[in-house]
Amino acid sequence: MQLHSKRKLVNKIALSLSLGAMLFGLFWLAWILFTVLESGILAFSVDLFTQMTPTVGVQGGGLANAIAGSGLLVAAGALIGSPLGILVGIYLAEYGQSTLLGKLTRYVNDLLLSAPSIVIGLFVYAVVVAKTGQFSGWAGALALALIVIPVVVRTTESMLLLVPNSLREAAYALGAPKRTVILWVTLRAAKAGVVTGILLSVARIAGETAPLLFTALSNQFWSLDMSHPIANLPKVIYEFAMNGDPNLQRLAWAGVLLITLGVLALNIVARVFFRQQHSN
Amino acid sequence: MSNLVSQIEFKNFNFYYGKYHALKGINLGLSKNKVTAFIGPSGCGKSTLLRTINRMYDLYPEQRAEGELLLDGHNILGRDIDLSVLRAKVGMVFQKPTPFPMSIYDNIAFGVRLHESLSKAEMDERVEWALRKSALWDEVKDKLYKSGMSLSGGQQQRLCIARGVAVKPEVLLLDEPTSALDPISTMRIEELIDELKNDFTIVIVTHNMQQAARISDFTAYMYLGELIEFGETDRIFVKPSKKQTEDYITGRFG
Repeated sequence: MQLHSKRKLVNKIALSLSLGAMLFGLFWLAWILFTVLESGILAFSVDLFTQMTPTVGVQGGGLANAIAGSGLLVAAGALIGSPLGILVGIYLAEYGQSTLLGKLTRYVNDLLLSAPSIVIGLFVYAVVVAKTGQFSGWAGALALALIVIPVVVRTTESMLLLVPNSLREAAYALGAPKRTVILWVTLRAAKAGVVTGILLSVARIAGETAPLLFTALSNQFWSLDMSHPIANLPKVIYEFAMNGDPNLQRLAWAGVLLITLGVLALNIVARVFFRQQHSN
Repeated sequence: MSNLVSQIEFKNFNFYYGKYHALKGINLGLSKNKVTAFIGPSGCGKSTLLRTINRMYDLYPEQRAEGELLLDGHNILGRDIDLSVLRAKVGMVFQKPTPFPMSIYDNIAFGVRLHESLSKAEMDERVEWALRKSALWDEVKDKLYKSGMSLSGGQQQRLCIARGVAVKPEVLLLDEPTSALDPISTMRIEELIDELKNDFTIVIVTHNMQQAARISDFTAYMYLGELIEFGETDRIFVKPSKKQTEDYITGRFG
């Protein structure tokens, strides 16, 4: 009896400790979200999506050029990075699982996964911007792609490894060559996970500032020309938030809210997609 | 037995998982259009033996076979054997149903497309034929384009049999095909096996002694990687010639 009541007590203590830890984490998250929402909602208007970024002292204005630029950079980054990441993930899971090259690639990929994004920004600056003498959207997209690649490699590999080996054997047993097995059976079975990985990597690069500081720079005007500096939300937020002009600060908060909502939407889409595929 | 043609023949056959000697000096002939059951306790090598007939072990570099394994008189252990052609001749169904993540129709067409190029009409016909052969047609004819994963376990297993049958193999390997199914689904598969043997040579691995007795014409009893006894099922179950076989069949061990 005494033993049981002691266990119950220990259980209660452990439960309250973990509950407390959870509440502690949630508290800050809720506070951040609340502040972002409270300050960002003030600048939400049609102007936000139609007007260009203003300069100091000018009233009004919006983030149209930065929204378009960010969309372009993130899309280009994901389009360059995802196919490469998927191919490497396939290699690691299906071909190089226990080879030396495979192990080395996995190790380097893990390093890249945890590399600070500012390092990636500086790298692209040194390799592209300094060589061409031009800040450009492409340089920015490249930096973002370098962040996408390791994330997609990792998720693609682990999702492919989750596919039961019996499914592979069943396809081989019909006389299918390896490429057919991978393309039509394994990759299909892992589709939901692979797509989720891409969506999450997009969510990750949507808010990256550091890699764009040295690459895409920024642009006050409307531009979709990827070979020149291009406006983007993170850089605009970084600049405007530091400024004393309350109008610019207001826009910076609106930008933060936009990115937050975007990332939230991506996460929801990823979850819904993943669940739908799995309930099939 | 001597008047039957051996379609599959193991001659002094040995198999290794790395250094582990898993099958020892197997000599065995399997007859055309008959059902042969491999029985024996877990780890005796019956699944290993089955998986050599379509050279499934080739997927794993540490596994290798020695000796001779003849299919229609040709040794299939050679390096020059085209595995795709071999596996078109020797189909396989696994313990757990393994429908591919695609429609019921595509699950069946997948294997056929690997070996033949058929017109849409011919493919439709082949899919229907395979589903009828596997006693699944009536249940799925209205939802051919639904995912194969949406079927019940027993239906999925019959889909896998249909998928194997659709390629028109000579031999069908069944690796404990009913061990993950309920009794009713098991019964349907057993009835199916009885019909399929008109067209195919069937080799089945089973843990279920009654199943072996019910559906097979010949039975091979294996123990610790060796073939202990092989013969007509009726004789093996009624009057086994080896004491070990009798002990296993009567449930004294295993």
